[in-house]
Amino acid sequence: MKFSFSDEQQEFRSVVRRFLEDKSPTTAVRRLMETDKGYDPAVWQSLSQDLGLTAVHIPEAYGGQGFGISELAIASEEMGRTLLCAPFFGSTVLAATAILKAGSEEQKKALLPGIASGETIAALAVAEDGGLWDAGSVAMTATPDGGKYRLDGTKSFVVDGHNAGLIVVLARKPGSAGNDGVSFFTVKADAKGLDRRLLPSMDPTRKLARLTFSGVTAELLGKEGAAAGPLAATLDVAAICLAHEMVGGAERLREDAIAFANQRYQFGRPIASFQSLKHKAADMLLEVELAKSAAYYAAAAADESDAELPALASLAKAAASEAYMQTAIHAVQIHGGIGFTWDNDTHLWFKRAKSSEVFLGGADHHRERYMQSIGA
Amino acid sequence: MSQYDADSVRKDLRQWLEANWDPSLGLVEWRNKLIDSGWGEPHWPKQWYGRELPVGLVPVVDEELDRIGAVGVARMGIRSLAAATILAHGTDLHKQKFLRRILTGEDTWCQLFSEPGSGSDLAGALTRAERRGNKWIVNGQKVWNTSAHKADWGLLLARTNMDLVKHKGLAYFIINMRQPGVEAVPLRQMNGHASFNQVFFTDAEVEPEMMLLDDGDGWKVATTTLMHERRGADGLRRYPKPSGRPERIYQEEDAEIASALAPYTWYPQRMGRVDLILERARQTGKIADPVTRQEIAKVLIMSRSADWTARRARVAQEMGRSQGPEGSLGKLAASYIARAANRVHTTISGADALLTGPDSTMGGVIAEILISTPAISIAGGTDEIQKNIISERVLDMPKEPRNDTDRPFRDVPKNAERK
Repeated sequence: MKFSFSDEQQEFRSVVRRFLEDKSPTTAVRRLMETDKGYDPAVWQSLSQDLGLTAVHIPEAYGGQGFGISELAIASEEMGRTLLCAPFFGSTVLAATAILKAGSEEQKKALLPGIASGETIAALAVAEDGGLWDAGSVAMTATPDGGKYRLDGTKSFVVDGHNAGLIVVLARKPGSAGNDGVSFFTVKADAKGLDRRLLPSMDPTRKLARLTFSGVTAELLGKEGAAAGPLAATLDVAAICLAHEMVGGAERLREDAIAFANQRYQFGRPIASFQSLKHKAADMLLEVELAKSAAYYAAAAADESDAELPALASLAKAAASEAYMQTAIHAVQIHGGIGFTWDNDTHLWFKRAKSSEVFLGGADHHRERYMQSIGA
Repeated sequence: MSQYDADSVRKDLRQWLEANWDPSLGLVEWRNKLIDSGWGEPHWPKQWYGRELPVGLVPVVDEELDRIGAVGVARMGIRSLAAATILAHGTDLHKQKFLRRILTGEDTWCQLFSEPGSGSDLAGALTRAERRGNKWIVNGQKVWNTSAHKADWGLLLARTNMDLVKHKGLAYFIINMRQPGVEAVPLRQMNGHASFNQVFFTDAEVEPEMMLLDDGDGWKVATTTLMHERRGADGLRRYPKPSGRPERIYQEEDAEIASALAPYTWYPQRMGRVDLILERARQTGKIADPVTRQEIAKVLIMSRSADWTARRARVAQEMGRSQGPEGSLGKLAASYIARAANRVHTTISGADALLTGPDSTMGGVIAEILISTPAISIAGGTDEIQKNIISERVLDMPKEPRNDTDRPFRDVPKNAERK
């Protein structure tokens, strides 16, 4: 259903929200974002073992919960709301979806249960130094080597890549170009010749890594040379989940900013009573509600195998990018001077808004993709 | 306690229609029959031309009428607001005198609320009604009055007491528009159309019994009218479409529809005509321009997201769930979409945007978009008022201090007198 949630979905959301309010207050976010690891293993275990969130959209046949993209998206939205520091997006949203879309039956059976249980943290390495998430821009090569492959090249902006035990990576047949010849591979994190470096990220709640492959032995995932389709499908799901994460964060920012404005007195009255501020708040509500509608619609479309899915995923990502960043700018402004300080929490979401705006392609990229997807 | 269900309604109405529907009747003659039967406004009180049918069954009645092409009662324009207000607050005399002729379409109505000095602040009305002998005498000016030039009756909000607090010094009258002291003058808009009027009152007269509720209750009654005006947008009953059929009754109905809709031909254009954007971009080749593509995508994304937001609100309502904030945002979203669509149409048109009239692009439709979208940000509650409502009622933010509620209206600062 594209316009409402079922009672079960609403209950699921409130369970996740309660859990995250308890486990991911901003004190925890601040503590974890300063660490290289970037997450709390105890929370990760609880999130995967007790709530089953790492398994939510993985079919039961592969050790998952068997829910849909809508449920995965609800979890993403709630995590964006509290800025949960955990490798959820890299492992469950990106890597598990890629394995689901690209892997053979046997590979799904082998790889997914570990991700579903949270014991395996996986990452999906697509972009390289050019920072593009598409098959055509992959330069890394995969040279056949006695039934396996040797990978050479560099991947960058790999979310949660430094923590992952399993890397799903895109590489191309030497000499191929465009979407042709691009395949998925899997690599164990301790493979010989793989060098992983944590990148200093502007948004410290989203950890990024640069992975250099020098003759790393890899296994083919799925069909050789056929990665472009499954990659696009994976990135559609990822864009939808990211859009949810973003609207969740934006809504929280708006709530906090208005709560502050209600408390803050200047000129003898709460600044929330000034129309200049109220009108800003109304605009924030409008933008975020529209972006929420787009994200919810796209998630339901993914579950209904709507033919318009690529267009809807890009629409949702573009709408969320604008709404989150604009909300973050307003939120700092409403706080005034204190909003620009490190001690105030607003900048945590501001930075997440900025990193999410660019991650998986900016609003301009997704608007152009939307136009192409609708045949314009 | 209701003894009705859809099947019994269908059966009763079919039986009645089989015996009575006759397209060779005159429009008024037929409507009188329909009114007497209670099928015209079946959810109205039994005492007043209705059957007290649950509102949820009204669409069944419409379906049955449509099925055999039977014409319904008159419902377009301000007359429905008049009927709803009279039903809520009128005396038996008012109901007797007005309701039937509203439903037959014999009488046309107009709303007399806005003034040059009070637009967003409707309760600041300055049009005066003074008691002289056994009449109320009205002097002042109203504005934005649709159909006032052909109206028989008007719904008038007027000030009867300057020494009370603003909202307390008002009364609500039904005024006869066909009298010497009432002059309706078309008001020409910036897009050249004249869809509204200004109405000038010079010692116009109202009988004392033509007041709804009591002196001082004007704002309360006006609120009822406004509530129905907003609800009208939800469309419990649809407006009929011209049928083009030859029988007399259809001819008469088509003429009624054409006359009611004449002022609104530009209304789609004030919304920005998002539906024409891609077509126009292809025609002009601007579809290939990357910057224009970005701007087009922005409008399409906003427009689709707004549609989905409205659907979310409607579905929540249908499911009996409490509505979230999404229900209050449509009007504001429409403003922003219209403005953005205007910009995109301008970019796409280039120099053609300099032209107007039937020889210009798409028979003048594009030119009309470019000069009509400001209306959507003003009519029916300005963007600023919408944002106040959203921030105060949805986001629960505090009101601004005001200086018109703590003193007699006489002492409230007002617009300068116009020379």
